[in-house]
Amino acid sequence: MRIFYYILTCITGLLLIYGVSDMPKWGDPHSPASLHVSPRYIEKTLEETEVPNMVTAVLADYRGFDTFGETTVIFTAAVSCLLILRKRKKEKDV
Amino acid sequence: MIDKHESIIIKTISRILAPFVQLYALYVIMHGHTSPGGGFQGGVILGASFILLAIAFGIDEVKERFAERILTTFTSMGVFIYGFIGFVCFVLGANFLDYGILPVVEPRGMGMLGIEIGVGITVMAVMVSIFYDLSTYE
Amino acid sequence: MLEFLVGKFNYYIYIFLMMIGFYAMMGKRNLVKKLIGMNIFQWSIILYFISIGAKKGGSIPIVEGLSGHGAHIVSHASQYVNPLPHVLMLTAIVVGVGTTGVALALLITIYKKYKTLEEDEILRKIK
Repeated sequence: MRIFYYILTCITGLLLIYGVSDMPKWGDPHSPASLHVSPRYIEKTLEETEVPNMVTAVLADYRGFDTFGETTVIFTAAVSCLLILRKRKKEKDV
Repeated sequence: MIDKHESIIIKTISRILAPFVQLYALYVIMHGHTSPGGGFQGGVILGASFILLAIAFGIDEVKERFAERILTTFTSMGVFIYGFIGFVCFVLGANFLDYGILPVVEPRGMGMLGIEIGVGITVMAVMVSIFYDLSTYE
Repeated sequence: MLEFLVGKFNYYIYIFLMMIGFYAMMGKRNLVKKLIGMNIFQWSIILYFISIGAKKGGSIPIVEGLSGHGAHIVSHASQYVNPLPHVLMLTAIVVGVGTTGVALALLITIYKKYKTLEEDEILRKIK
């Protein structure tokens, strides 16, 4: 059974390496990830918000609503961990 | 259960080092605009200082000082601060979470600072709460 | 041929890490090892996204030379590294922490009930 898993892993790896031929080179300034929205964020950060850190400006000002949902996600993780593992106090014998 | 460590070097060093770790975490949260950092990173460092004390001194002593009920209040308080700042912007006339209208000096920077403080408090309380739940084994 | 091998070397490293995580999720029998495999897979995806945003000769995404309020600095998009993947991966890291915490809580509950963490013994006890 383990041989089957090894072969499956190798086949998936080879397919992914074949897919690398479409990807942009390392460090390419004209790759599609850096072309559409990102130059506007870089150039207009200092005049629209007076904050020099671009990462915090995008996280808390341009995309502030998503960070609100993110905080709710981590709050839900803590609540569900608490519900699974905390002992109830009513079950102790008097 | 995590018990007290027997070596006196570990107990002394972690007791000396814990306030400096917390001070560094507050520095990372407050300087979110001008240097790398922000709410999530500072919150994790702040939670790690409490976990350091719990590993060195046993979990019962830390639970006496930082009870579980206060922790759940802190998790909710962080999310509430975030929604409260957004709601104040809404009431004063602009859109939700539109910081240009707050009545302070430099409104966008201060709005972002308030948000990062809320996120930092929530992340710290979540780290310590998950650690308490996972290490109490009956 | 040489450009295919050397110009895109970061993708090969992340594919290697991804396959390690993938095999660990399938091929190991202990439940904790499967969970660690899932974690390795997740981290390889996060590092892959961050490596997409790199630019040759760019510096970190913080505007330099700011000294006082009204300084007007013209920043060009090719001086700085793309900040968008960094922002999205902050969220992804936090989601990963939450998932790992809840999964470990479930593992503790399974251990309390069946007294073992091997997959085939648990399947035998369920039947």
